[in-house]
Amino acid sequence: MQYQNIFTQVQLRGPLEAGPPVPPSTFDRGNLATYNYWIGKLGNAQIGPFYLGTLGVASLVCAFLAIEIIGLNMWASVNWDPIQFVRQLPWLALEPPGPEWGFTLAVPLAEGGWWQMAGFFMSASLILFWLRTYRRAKTMGMGTHVAWAFAAGIFLILVLGFVRPLLMGSWAEAVPFGIFPHLDWTAAFSIRYGNLFYNPFHCLSIVFLYGSTLLFAMHGATILAVGRYGGEREIEQITDRGTASERAALFWRWTMGFNATMESIHRWAWWFAVLCPITGGIGILLTGTVVDNWYLWAVLHSFAPDYPSTGVLDPATLPGAPR
Amino acid sequence: MALLSFERKYRVRGGTLIGGDLFDFWVGPFYVGFFGVTTAISAILGTALIFYAASLGPTWNPWLINIAPPDLEYGLALAPLREGGFWQIITICAIVAFTSWALREVEICRKLGMGYHVPFAYGFAIFAYVSLVVIRPLMLGAWGHGFPYGIFSHLDWVSNTGYQYLHFHYNPAHMLAVSFFFMTGGALAFHGALVLSSVNPGKGQEVKSPEYEDAFFRDSIGYSVGTLGIHRLGLLLALSAGFWSAICIIISGPFWTRGWPEWWTWWLNLPIWS
Repeated sequence: MQYQNIFTQVQLRGPLEAGPPVPPSTFDRGNLATYNYWIGKLGNAQIGPFYLGTLGVASLVCAFLAIEIIGLNMWASVNWDPIQFVRQLPWLALEPPGPEWGFTLAVPLAEGGWWQMAGFFMSASLILFWLRTYRRAKTMGMGTHVAWAFAAGIFLILVLGFVRPLLMGSWAEAVPFGIFPHLDWTAAFSIRYGNLFYNPFHCLSIVFLYGSTLLFAMHGATILAVGRYGGEREIEQITDRGTASERAALFWRWTMGFNATMESIHRWAWWFAVLCPITGGIGILLTGTVVDNWYLWAVLHSFAPDYPSTGVLDPATLPGAPR
Repeated sequence: MALLSFERKYRVRGGTLIGGDLFDFWVGPFYVGFFGVTTAISAILGTALIFYAASLGPTWNPWLINIAPPDLEYGLALAPLREGGFWQIITICAIVAFTSWALREVEICRKLGMGYHVPFAYGFAIFAYVSLVVIRPLMLGAWGHGFPYGIFSHLDWVSNTGYQYLHFHYNPAHMLAVSFFFMTGGALAFHGALVLSSVNPGKGQEVKSPEYEDAFFRDSIGYSVGTLGIHRLGLLLALSAGFWSAICIIISGPFWTRGWPEWWTWWLNLPIWS
């Protein structure tokens, strides 16, 4: 068995990399950094240095507040019993306000106000971190592609927790905080709106999720396979094509009749990954606002079979049923 | 079809696993090889059978065409063509085609002097497919446990199979698989974006080196896995997603028949709590 480039065999040790110089600011890049042998087996051995920055501090404070609010509410829900907190943690929840509150902006704390506060601080933390990635890229003279990819993920989170509840006029539509509770929400949401598998944007989102996984497997494997020709030096291969790029391209051309280039594969990657939360978010926004039952919608648009009536009355159609 | 400008010097003889020089040629951009022939035969036969079976069905609506596996009463026996036999033969064709494709990739790797990472990775996808249509049906004792071939019919199967275990999100292997899928998506977004941001830095800026990529990620989150490491990490995450997907369906039925939420009671009943 030849060397297949799965682990780094020789690790170099020297002065730690400080990174290219950046203009001075309130917070300078730290100089705390260290080597870790085992991490060096898979990737870079160097951990750090870290740049805190004003936005970084603000983001961390907000994240801390959000996690604190969620954790303390969960702990309170088991009467501050530390053992039960750990035991029941996967089941514990911080739920959004009930439907009786509609989209009231400030609900009493115990009625969902804590959820609103945790959501606010989580969103603030994400948006501050987004600004940080954007500004850092600009400071270092790089493109802002990372920030925009991150923005796609934030879009989906804001759609789930804020925009769709706003459109539906009820916080109760939002996702609870909690491990099993958010899974319960997902299943209940799908059933309530007639099986999300019939939502075409859900289909697209899944295609991009599986597609991203397929692409990363293909791309990661291809680069490792041409590692002996220096394939992982992608920027060099993009600006001055070498034999690693040529072999990688020909591998796919000969296999499936088509190939990307060393640069375009990263565009495929970026778009597949970014379109996953974007199409998913569109699907969420349409659910309950535009389409009430995806299965019936699919029957209407002839992509789901229509089953004969069973003669059982749908209780939701009876007078007195909640609307 | 035109060759790429640099392609001619790579189109050399050799590297085949079987058949020597007999099938060592290209058709247009495609490499053939012995396994190209077996891929073509099984793929064409399988596709033709899908069309033939569809023609016997009630609809040509591409969303609704459905080729179902045999009824459970046939167990692990061969079924008549129109009652699941087509599904059985199509499944065989698919497995032969996928395996041939993987072996053809091995030949191409050998020809180009590359590692075998791509066919190895593809093997995980084949494993996931075989888990669904062979391993789990065998363990449950009927081909009828395979999923039907159709665009929305296979989604119905996923729905129904999931609800058979009450709430599939509680399946621990499914949790791992979904987490790996999401992590892969995130890592792919950041890797693609980081490379693009270095080679497309904007007007008036010079293309940036990997030192900048490392510094950007170290500044942001305190660690940069590096140019080689990200491809190992991405491959590992993607293969884990496929692997745990296969495991999550194999354990549903053969090893756990009740609702998945119930499975977690072992945690609540650990002796450390009482």
